Amino acid sequence: MTSTMAPLLPSHAESVASRAWWAMRNSLVLARRGVVRIIREPSQLLDVTIQPLIFVLLFVYVFGSAIHVPGGGNYHEYLIGGMFGMALVGTAQGTAVGVSTDMATGLTDRFRSLPIARSAVLTGRVIADLLTEVVAILVLVLTGLAVGWRIHNGPGDALVAFGLCLLIAFAMTWVGACAGMMVKNPEAAAAVGFIFFLPLVFVSNTFVPTQGMPHWLQVAANWNPVSAVASACRNLFGNPNPSADISAWPMQHPELATVLWSIGLIAIFAPLAVHLYRRKTLR
Amino acid sequence: MGSPALAFRTLYGIVQRMTTVLRTSVAPFRSGDLAIEAHGLEKSFGQTRALVGVDLAVPTGTVLCVLGPNGSGKTTTVRVLTTLLRPDRGSARVAGYDVVTQATQVRREIGLAGQSAALDESLTGLGNLVMIGQLNRLPRREAQHRARELLSRFDLADAADRGVKTYSGGMRRRLDLAASLVVNPPVLFLDEPTTGLDPRSRLALWDIIRTLVADGTTVLLTTQYLEEADLLADRIVVIDRGAVIAQGTSDELKSQVGGDRIQVTVASGSDLTVAGATLAHHAEGPVHLDDERRTVDAFAPDGSLAIPAIAAAMSAAGVVMDDLGMVRPSLDDVFLTLTGHSVEPVADQSELARLA
Repeated sequence: MTSTMAPLLPSHAESVASRAWWAMRNSLVLARRGVVRIIREPSQLLDVTIQPLIFVLLFVYVFGSAIHVPGGGNYHEYLIGGMFGMALVGTAQGTAVGVSTDMATGLTDRFRSLPIARSAVLTGRVIADLLTEVVAILVLVLTGLAVGWRIHNGPGDALVAFGLCLLIAFAMTWVGACAGMMVKNPEAAAAVGFIFFLPLVFVSNTFVPTQGMPHWLQVAANWNPVSAVASACRNLFGNPNPSADISAWPMQHPELATVLWSIGLIAIFAPLAVHLYRRKTLR
Repeated sequence: MGSPALAFRTLYGIVQRMTTVLRTSVAPFRSGDLAIEAHGLEKSFGQTRALVGVDLAVPTGTVLCVLGPNGSGKTTTVRVLTTLLRPDRGSARVAGYDVVTQATQVRREIGLAGQSAALDESLTGLGNLVMIGQLNRLPRREAQHRARELLSRFDLADAADRGVKTYSGGMRRRLDLAASLVVNPPVLFLDEPTTGLDPRSRLALWDIIRTLVADGTTVLLTTQYLEEADLLADRIVVIDRGAVIAQGTSDELKSQVGGDRIQVTVASGSDLTVAGATLAHHAEGPVHLDDERRTVDAFAPDGSLAIPAIAAAMSAAGVVMDDLGMVRPSLDDVFLTLTGHSVEPVADQSELARLA
């Protein structure tokens, strides 16, 4: 019985294909862990469900009445595109806290002492967090529909919008993974996440059009990736998008800007995350 | 007749089984070899020198206890041997593989239970073990089977489907140990496995470790508890400030301290100092007086042969004895003699600096 229990690990060097296959399988096992956790502890989803919900209600019914959308248009419809931008920053926060929790509890050490690909632990985490983002998008769509937001441009454009959201969310989870490994504990990760969350979300066109901001702040807001995502969503959903009148390049090409931001973030932070993860061993 | 698919699966199963048998029989190291060996391991973190030259040799199928106070380098040693840290200098082989250049092979041969229970709090006990099994490439069904088997062995079957966050400290430790055993690793590393456990859980854990060793597992266990090292270890390595300062069997270490002591328990009403003075005539070195336990003890070069003479001398001096006999020195005595400080946790350097 014991001999059949032994895992079928090759005793010799594996082929690249086999290694890649098992790296993927291991990533999925670890991603599954994230999904099971979400099912068992829905409270972990508060960041991406209740929090955006509260923001929507707050801005639609409290602040929204005082916010004028340049060029006309319904603020309810304006807001939801921004909420999609905000959700992705929330995902990165979740990743940072999750990664640093695994470091603090020693779970990461256990994974590192197993014969699995180094990349599997991070990839699994990122896949699970991407699924969290899908839940967040669903919640936002339903909330939006309830407060009067509509998709005017047809399903094709809407799917592109959701795709862009997932792409930049994927990029942001790598940023979160790096942050999670650089801080000392989960509390610090949450604090750091919050510090980045505020300026990223508020110095953008998420909640208010940037036209009313001081000039220097407008520059920052217009080049903020969150603004690009929000504008791209507004364009693709056919919602009011006053940023289209702004000459800053990302506001003229928000879809392309979102893609470039994503590629840039992934190119920097994915290798950095793997490097940080490895360095923990070599220290 | 069975379908071709069925025939293929049967054949595949046979081949897999043969591969496993082959793999086991051509294992890279045979019993009698060293399962763990380290030469001159050094490791620094910034200015702190955690290891200053650690040598270890653990024969296959034996238990080595690494004994030392907090901050002595126990955990760093374990982390180097389990491929979690790369040594600055020196080399180590585990199960015949080099921990730096053949880390992946080492990881296939080891189980590790660290100081903190390395578990996913929000998964169930079963979920944690199945995950580890699957990461070790067990098919899901087999991983589940193996997980159930381990849970019942560790007395956790009833809690299998409960979230780990509801587990007590003892349950977490047992689950953590179970997690390190999912693939029957030939070499097991346990870093202070009983720290913070209640006495009952500690006994249960010792039992499990003994069973594993009886089945041929090699165990390296770190501890601050002398009793634990005394009970479990084939050999003990005493480590202090990043270096091995003594090693041997429990008996060998104890005799390093100077052999057996004669101990007299003095009845209440008799004078402890008189008993001490009387004992001094028949012993070597200083006499140790313990007011609390009302005992006097000292090294006796003649061993048990001195007992009749001491008994006569005590009664001549008017000392009434409750007990007279030989005591072997405890490992605490060993540690005190070797390091000049007790095995009790000592404040680390930075703390001392802060207090000064």
